[in-house]
Amino acid sequence: MIYLSLIVLIPLGAVVWKSQSGGFSEFWHALTSAQAWAALKLTIYSSLIVAGINLVMGTLIAWVLVRDRFRGAGIIDVLIDLPLALPTIVAGLVLLALYGPNSPVHVNVAYAKIGVVAALLFVTLPFVVRTVQPVLAEFDTDMEEAAASLGAGGFTRARRILLPNLLPAMLAGTALSFARAVSEFGSTVLISGNLPFKTEVAAVNIFNQIQSGNTLGAAALSTALLVIALLVMLLLEIVRRWVARHG
Amino acid sequence: MADSTPQSGSRVTRYSIRFVVLAYLLVLLVLPLILVLRRTFEHGINPVFTALTSSEAAHAFQVTAIVAGVAVIANTIFGVGAALLLVRHRFPGRRLLDAVIDLPVAVSPVVVGLALTLIYGSREPVGGWLTRHGIQIIFSLPGMVVATIFVGLPLVVRAVAPVLEEIGDEQEQAAYTLGSSPWQTFTRITLPSIRGALAYGVVLALARSLGEYGAVAVVSGRVVGQTQTITLFVEERFDNFDQASAYSAAFALAVLAVISLLVARRLRPAGTAR
Repeated sequence: MIYLSLIVLIPLGAVVWKSQSGGFSEFWHALTSAQAWAALKLTIYSSLIVAGINLVMGTLIAWVLVRDRFRGAGIIDVLIDLPLALPTIVAGLVLLALYGPNSPVHVNVAYAKIGVVAALLFVTLPFVVRTVQPVLAEFDTDMEEAAASLGAGGFTRARRILLPNLLPAMLAGTALSFARAVSEFGSTVLISGNLPFKTEVAAVNIFNQIQSGNTLGAAALSTALLVIALLVMLLLEIVRRWVARHG
Repeated sequence: MADSTPQSGSRVTRYSIRFVVLAYLLVLLVLPLILVLRRTFEHGINPVFTALTSSEAAHAFQVTAIVAGVAVIANTIFGVGAALLLVRHRFPGRRLLDAVIDLPVAVSPVVVGLALTLIYGSREPVGGWLTRHGIQIIFSLPGMVVATIFVGLPLVVRAVAPVLEEIGDEQEQAAYTLGSSPWQTFTRITLPSIRGALAYGVVLALARSLGEYGAVAVVSGRVVGQTQTITLFVEERFDNFDQASAYSAAFALAVLAVISLLVARRLRPAGTAR
């Protein structure tokens, strides 16, 4: 517990303390300074987009991995985890190689907002897949068979039976990917080019403020990120309890 | 597997979903990876070898090895201790401890770096006191180790705890009644039964520590040849238009990531969720 306090709690407390050291008005001023505010907005918007895409694509990928075993599905199963294992800076480099200025496919998303989204999609790929996959794998097909025998079509079965049962896992995975996207730094550093007001995400903005010695501003934005992280964790806990009560 | 599941949806929807998924993964994951491989070995294997054995790169590897090594050892000891505490004991604040352990997952690495700087930086009270006693933490190895410990904190705990829960404590109780000491019980009974899960957690923590970038970038000061880890080396080389070195080092990191991924999958205790 002491170990944990020294390494996690006290330092994080110091960030919040520092952000409030000039009073709330100064904290608010630092947070809403044009550049920090733009970074925060970009972070939240792109993370929401990323979470939304993950919700759909992650569920589809999980479905393919569990229900649609074809040759080579095993390789995909391994590949899904790669973004988690790959250092984030390498992830940034990887995406920049393909979709950057010297792109062989002539798609240049670097130094543009869509580049940020691409980087975030890359690093958050596993979350929804890995939360939905086990639930789907354990899900009994009896109900679906019963529905099919009663004449329900594929779409109706997916909507009325599969979706309600997978929803908690889907939401949990989406929340995780959102939290990860909000805090992401390494992969967005290279591909975004860090143009203030345009492609600078919150974590990068904090980093730049630290480098230029503006600790108060960095602490203010950090506190905002911490609050978002705590809210997401709270949401996850609520989903978990809701499932425990209804599951 | 295929015969036990019913045909979900018609053949058309099935194939179109498969196509969408494969296309998505191809564009997002596979193509970029292939391209990095091609870029790395554009001029054969020799430039890669030269880049990786340059003195800066060698030093960066060394720094990474030290930092990751110490951090993983610390997290392993803490992880087993915390998992035992969480599973085997009931005490006030247990739920809080449970929640705090997950915190590093949700906190941005840059915020971690800032947090450590604010406490242990030489201009802050605690860090100043330490500096006067000859201990520098920020902009040197200890700070980088602490930052790496922070980001890898939950991995060992979360790998070991479910297994501890599953095996129960009957065997440990039996060992106690036969007169063995807590340490004997731990090494003879508990450790062998959690070995697989522990190794899995350690591999994950190692992979995370090797690849840490954000937190280390803040606390290290990024001094080339001194506090530069291999991830910082990739970024610095790339910014200085030395793409050959950047890609080579990134390739080396990717190889390490793939190896640890495969090892981790092997070790993953069957049936446990991640």
